[in-house]
Amino acid sequence: MKIYVTFDFDVACNAILEEQLSKLNVEYFINGTREILFNKQLTEQQQSVLATSLKKYGVEVIDNQKTELIQRIKDAIQEMLKDDEANLYKISSYLSDKLDYSYAYLSNLFSEATYTSIENFVILQKVDYVKELIATTDLTLTEIAYRLNYSSVAHLSGQFKKITGLTPTVFYKIIEKRKAVKSKTV
Amino acid sequence: MTIKNLIVFLAEDDEDDRWLFEQALENIKIKTELSMFKNGKELMDFLKKPDSIQPHIVFLDLNMPIKNGMECLKEMKQHDNLKSIPVAIYSTSSSEKDIENTFVNGANIYINKPNKFSALKKVIEKVLQLNWQYQTSNLNKENFLFRI
Repeated sequence: MKIYVTFDFDVACNAILEEQLSKLNVEYFINGTREILFNKQLTEQQQSVLATSLKKYGVEVIDNQKTELIQRIKDAIQEMLKDDEANLYKISSYLSDKLDYSYAYLSNLFSEATYTSIENFVILQKVDYVKELIATTDLTLTEIAYRLNYSSVAHLSGQFKKITGLTPTVFYKIIEKRKAVKSKTV
Repeated sequence: MTIKNLIVFLAEDDEDDRWLFEQALENIKIKTELSMFKNGKELMDFLKKPDSIQPHIVFLDLNMPIKNGMECLKEMKQHDNLKSIPVAIYSTSSSEKDIENTFVNGANIYINKPNKFSALKKVIEKVLQLNWQYQTSNLNKENFLFRI
């Protein structure tokens, strides 16, 4: 004998979720969008029990914590660059104090997910800030260097050239010409 | 924003150069999906098709028959749906005037085509890394300007 079946995926998946979640003895709510809300924080153990029991149905709990932590690292770096006092700290101690993880852990996680190191990202972000100040303010390079804690204008220009391949002056010229071209076409 | 594979387009008329570019992409850490076009017209026709996939970055050779890189760049930057796609110019010209001209017209990256494969691989990896940061972080795209 042979029988044939058809599936309603949503119903099937929800039934699996309901069955496994009810084992946890906590209150939960399944959001249509593959999201499960709990009114209490699950313990580590509960989380791992749930992840294992769902795994055999091919259901994976997405680990968004890492993505979130990377975002927090980026936010902290930005904050640090714009804060005069924070600027004086070493990146490593600033980030590990602020986020409460060892710098080694943060640094590995970051490199794995973003294809760049925290150090390189800080330089890129810093140069981005310099570009912004050059393009949108009347500050001189000397003032910008002072504001961003570069030891000298030469140091700022050197880093700028090394990272962007352009001198700050050439960059400024290009931005000005672009504005002129744009205002002509509008 | 999370990206799995970077979608990369290349417009290049030289077959050997296309092959080298493809090899280089296969040998770097960043995962990519590459589409190649033999000239600027092929590229622009594809980009302008409604519902076609948008790349995360376009590499443009400057000297191409039918439609050259500069024409593509200008067309892309005037097109509402295409103007935010980052463009990397990929050329043997190192004339300062050419370089400035592409930047003024909206190019984001200017690459001098390296002669050696190892250098090419390095350069492409650097460009994609930079682009990755610009796509996923809070960096100002207006000032996305690099010469490599």
